[in-house]
This record gives sequence, C-alpha cells and structure tokens, in this order.
Amino acid sequence: MSDMRLLVIEDDSEAAAYLVKAFREQGHLAEHAGDGLDGYARAAEGDYDVLIVDRMLPKLDGLSLISSLRAQKVETPVLILSALGQVDDRVKGLRAGGDDYLPKPYAFSELLARVEALGRRKGGAGAQETVYRVADLELDRLSHKLTRAGKEITLQPREFRLLEYLMKHAGQVVTRTMLLENVWDYHFDPQTNVIDVHISRLRSKIDKGQETPLLHTIRGAGYMIRDGAA
Amino acid sequence: MSALLKLFRTTAFKLAVVYSIVFAVAASLVVMNVGRNVRGVLEDQIGETIDADIRGLADQYAQGGVQQVVQSIERRIRQPGGDVYLLTTFAGEPIVGNAAALPTATLSSEGLVTTTYQRPGEREARRRALVRVFVLPGNYRLLVGHDVEEVERLRKILRNALGNSLIWLVIIGAVGGLFVARRVLDRVDAMSESAAVIMRGDLSKRLPVGGSGDEIDRLAENLNAMIARIEALLRGMKEVSDNIAHDLRTPLTRLRNNADTALRQTGEPAALRETLEKVIGEADGLMRIFDALLTIARAESGSGPKMETLDISRIAEDVAELYEAAAEERGVAFAFAIEPGLLARGNRELIAQTLANLLDNGLKYGVPAAAGLAPELRLVVRRDGRRVRLSVEDRGPGVPAADRDRVLDRFVRLEASRTLPGSGLGLSLAAAIARLHGGALRLEDNAPGLRAVVDMPAATLPPPQVGRQGDKTRAGTG
Repeated sequence: MSDMRLLVIEDDSEAAAYLVKAFREQGHLAEHAGDGLDGYARAAEGDYDVLIVDRMLPKLDGLSLISSLRAQKVETPVLILSALGQVDDRVKGLRAGGDDYLPKPYAFSELLARVEALGRRKGGAGAQETVYRVADLELDRLSHKLTRAGKEITLQPREFRLLEYLMKHAGQVVTRTMLLENVWDYHFDPQTNVIDVHISRLRSKIDKGQETPLLHTIRGAGYMIRDGAA
Repeated sequence: MSALLKLFRTTAFKLAVVYSIVFAVAASLVVMNVGRNVRGVLEDQIGETIDADIRGLADQYAQGGVQQVVQSIERRIRQPGGDVYLLTTFAGEPIVGNAAALPTATLSSEGLVTTTYQRPGEREARRRALVRVFVLPGNYRLLVGHDVEEVERLRKILRNALGNSLIWLVIIGAVGGLFVARRVLDRVDAMSESAAVIMRGDLSKRLPVGGSGDEIDRLAENLNAMIARIEALLRGMKEVSDNIAHDLRTPLTRLRNNADTALRQTGEPAALRETLEKVIGEADGLMRIFDALLTIARAESGSGPKMETLDISRIAEDVAELYEAAAEERGVAFAFAIEPGLLARGNRELIAQTLANLLDNGLKYGVPAAAGLAPELRLVVRRDGRRVRLSVEDRGPGVPAADRDRVLDRFVRLEASRTLPGSGLGLSLAAAIARLHGGALRLEDNAPGLRAVVDMPAATLPPPQVGRQGDKTRAGTG
C-alpha cells in the first residue's frame, strides 16, 4: 500500500511541510503546491494517486479547483481538508467532487488512513468484487454470507456492513471515525467507545477459537483486517 | 423656517394634510348630493301642485266656461304666495293673470319649463318660475306656475353652508389628524429614543409598552423580545468567552506541562512516548471542546444546517443499536421502546448527536448510587399529542431539582461528576439542538435517576399512518 504519489495543495507552508515529511516517512511520494492555480495545473498534468486539497487557497479556492478538475475529467481521488467542519460544509465539499472530507484540526493517523483508503479506491478493485477474501475468511456481498474456513458465521446486518467495510480496506488502517461515517453514516464523535464494542463483538464472532486472528487493533489509530501471517 | 420644514417632513403633518383633503372631498360630495336631491324633490312637488291646479281650472272651465276660470284665477291671485297664473287667448293676448313680460316661446312650450316673468308692480322681468302651459278647449292658453326664487334661495343657503362647513371640516380634519397622528407618533418617537439608548449599549432597557394591546404595543413587545434575545445571546457570548478562558486554560496548561515534561525527559523512550501520547490526548480533548462549542453556536444562531422531514423513529433505532453493545459491555440493562413512523422536521446528524449525548451521559453518570439497584438505561420515543417526545432514563443519582436548569449551561459540571472525564458541553449541545428544532430539553426526576426529555413538533408529511393498531412498539433489551 505504500509508494503512493500524493499532491498536497495547501497554502500554509509549515502545515504543508509537516504533511509532506510525514507522508514520506510512511513511504509515500508527496509533493506540495502552494496555491490553487499551481495545484490545479499540477493535478491536471501529473499522475497522482490522491490529492489532498485545503479548502481555502489563494488564487483558486479548493472547491472550485476540484470542480474544474472534475470538469476536465481528472478523476484523481480528492481529500478535502477544511477548517469548516459542520455537516453542511462537508456536504458542499463532497458535492463539489471531493471524495472525503476531514475537518481541521485532524490527527495525522486519521488523515493517513483516509488517504490510503482513497488510494486503494482508485485501483477500483474493492468496489467491483462481489466476494471479499482475507486468509480463510470469505464474505459474499451478494448472498450476504460469511464463512471462515468453510464454516458459516451469522452476523447482524450492521456487523455485516462493518466487516464488509473492513475487508474492502483489508491491509489498511481504518479509523473509528471512518467506521462511524461509512457504516453508520454519522459524523459526530461519541464520548462512549461504541465502535470499539462493536468491533470486539465482531472479533468474537470471526476470530474466537481461531489460530490466527484477522481483526487487529492498531494502537492510536484504529483497526485493520489482514492475514495474520502477511 | 427650518422648524417649519421639519414640521412639513413629519409623518404627523403629512397624515393631517391627507386626512383634511379626504374629509373635504367627502363632505363636498355629500353636500352636493344632498343639494341635488333637495332641488329634485322640490321641483317634483312644484310640478305636482301645478298639475293639480291645471286639472282644477280645467274642471271649472268645463263647468262654467272661461268666465268661471277668470274668476277663479282672480281669486287666487289675490292670495299671497308664489303662485303664477296667466290666461291668454290662443294668440297670446292676456286675459287675466299676475305674470307679464314672458318670453314668447314660453306660451307655446310643452311640459314643465323654467321661465322668467314680471310681476305686476315690478319693473323688470327678473323673476324665475317653473311653469306649465295648458291649452283649454276653447282656444285659450292657461299658464300655471310657481315662483322658484325660494328654491334658488335654498340652494344658495345650501351652497353657503357647504362653503362654511368645508372650511370647518378642513380645520377639524387637520387638527384631528394632527392630534391622532401626534398621539401615535409620540409613542413611535418614544420607541425610537429608547431604541437609541439601547443601541448605545444599555441592553437592559426596554421599549415602552402602553398596555392597550394595540399594534404599536405588539410591535414594542416583539422588539422587546428581540432585544431580550440579543441580550441573552450577548450574555451567553460573554459567559462563553469567560468560560472558555477558564475551562480551556486547564487542559491547555496540562498540555503544556506534558510537552514540557517530554522535553526534559531524556531517559527511556517508552516514558517519552507515553507523555507525548498524553499531549495528543489533551489536544484531542481540546478539539472536541471546540467542535462542541461550534455546533452549539451554530444551533443557537438559528442559521444551522438544512432541515428536512425525518423518520425520528428510524434515527432513534439506529442510535440505540449503536449504543446497545456499549451498554451491554458495561453491564447496563439497556431497553428501548420506540414507536415506529414518527416524523419531525430536523437534521438527522444533530438529532442523532443529541440522542448520543444523552446516552453517553446515561452510561457515564447513570450508575446507581444505592447498592442493590441494577444499572438501567431506557430510550423511549413516542408521540405526545402533536409532538415527538424522546427520553433517556437512567437509575443514577439524578440531578437535584435546583441544578436542573443550570447544568444545561455551557461548561457546568456538578461537583459529583467533576472527577469523571467530560467537558460539560454535552447537555448544552443537546439543549441547543432541541431549541433549534422548536423544542426543549427538560431534566426530570426518574425516581430514582434522571430522565432527560427532548420534545419537538411532529411533522405530518407524508400523511400519518391511519390507525396505529396494536402500537407496534419495538422493544429490545441488551
């Protein structure tokens, strides 16, 4: 999952330098554009896996930049960073053509997880497959059947969607907010560890009594489903 | 001069002028109409009298010939009054009568006509009369009429009366208009003076309300309500900034201390890492406080997010499902009773967040104080008349009646809960969201425990299901 080409379009040079450095430490190739026009030109020509776009940019604002790219049939996934974090702002951002929306301030682990999820999405593998497989765990998205080592496991509808999302991003870190947004469609931050409890229930269903656990907790970041051996 | 100009510019003056004009026009129309009618009635009466007279004289002619008519006319002429008679030959030679110097056309006219004539003993033919000429069978012309000078005089009186009354009407209209307008506008002036004082910064002042309950009072009351709201918002803002200063200082100090500790820690990397994680934890806590404050501010400004008709029951079920596992993990018996299909206008995210906040609180503070009581949490959603009522009930120590309003304020945390993590914003946020949705958040005694109730107006689109048979309340226990 490493080695993605990322373009950070952000006018705050300190924040941009921090992001570029942090992404490089994670093994990605990150570049920086300091204003909207520069960002637009490079995004339209360069071959990037994900664009990280600040919403407020000099010369060309973030949302216009994204709309222009989409109008030019540039379909590179875009993550919008914004100081505006309310529900309506998010809706506006996604309507302009953004693929994900992260309000400032954010934890880098959250940004990284989301960028990696978007980069994977560009490959398009996850969306079309009807059966997700991780080691001996098999999830059939059409018949809603789940088996581990050939044995069928019954899940509640929500547990199924939770696992489906995790398996779609197998091998990637998925954060709690990503789960709350994508599985429950909520964007607020519950004070109670509701997601953790759902994960532990799911874990008890798929990993209990198995030699190799598949559902892992990534400290300080979130969760990841992957073949234990890999 | 400038005082006069000022007077001209006042609404009172303009209103008075308009009133006077309207009065004058209306009065003129009335008087002209009355005059015309009076004249019409009088002329009709005169015409009828003349006709009766002619009939009488014609009868006498039939009985006693021209001799009797002449006698009769002579008799009538001697009586004082405005009657006019003239009997002539067909050619126009006068035989008897009290009218002379008639225009020649008069004698050959038909029907009722107005003519000039001369009375015997008067110099000029300047009298006017309404007359009718009747041809008697023996080739005589009989003119019978009535002097109309009286009618003319009456018209003159009326015209004069109109003129005089017009002047009076204009004066009364102007004075009355000025008086009425002044009375109203004095109050408006008083209001604008008070408003000026309020604008200068004294928000505790209110506009004067007369107490008669008229439009101006209603305007003043509404403006007062608006000022009260502004005052409350400003007070809220001031309180928030005071509280932010106070409540953010504590975590910011901790954050700084932790960063400082990390900087001076030279030894083990593990300890350094732990300290830095604390720093990030504090920073995350600060972010949450900011988010909550922002959401509250947005909800309170009323310019919140888009509202749509929502299935509240569905949202409640969703949130209940989200929290069910967490409750079970803590050994809390979680039950929900959600009446299906309840609609309300609102924002899905915010309503879900309100329920989540209340459930968070229930899980955090709802631990029974008395031994032997099992922790319990209930989410009840039902229709209450024309409102949707959502309540979260726990068996914890509850909130003392005296503190129930206070805990809804920002950053207020009761002594008993200060040791638990929390920002003191959860209930404020829930209350602000409830208000945004046209409802309120109330805290009640669940005997024992706390019952937090949010109610909001129910929506009826699409039409409510007919007959909620059996009340298909879905219930679950966790």
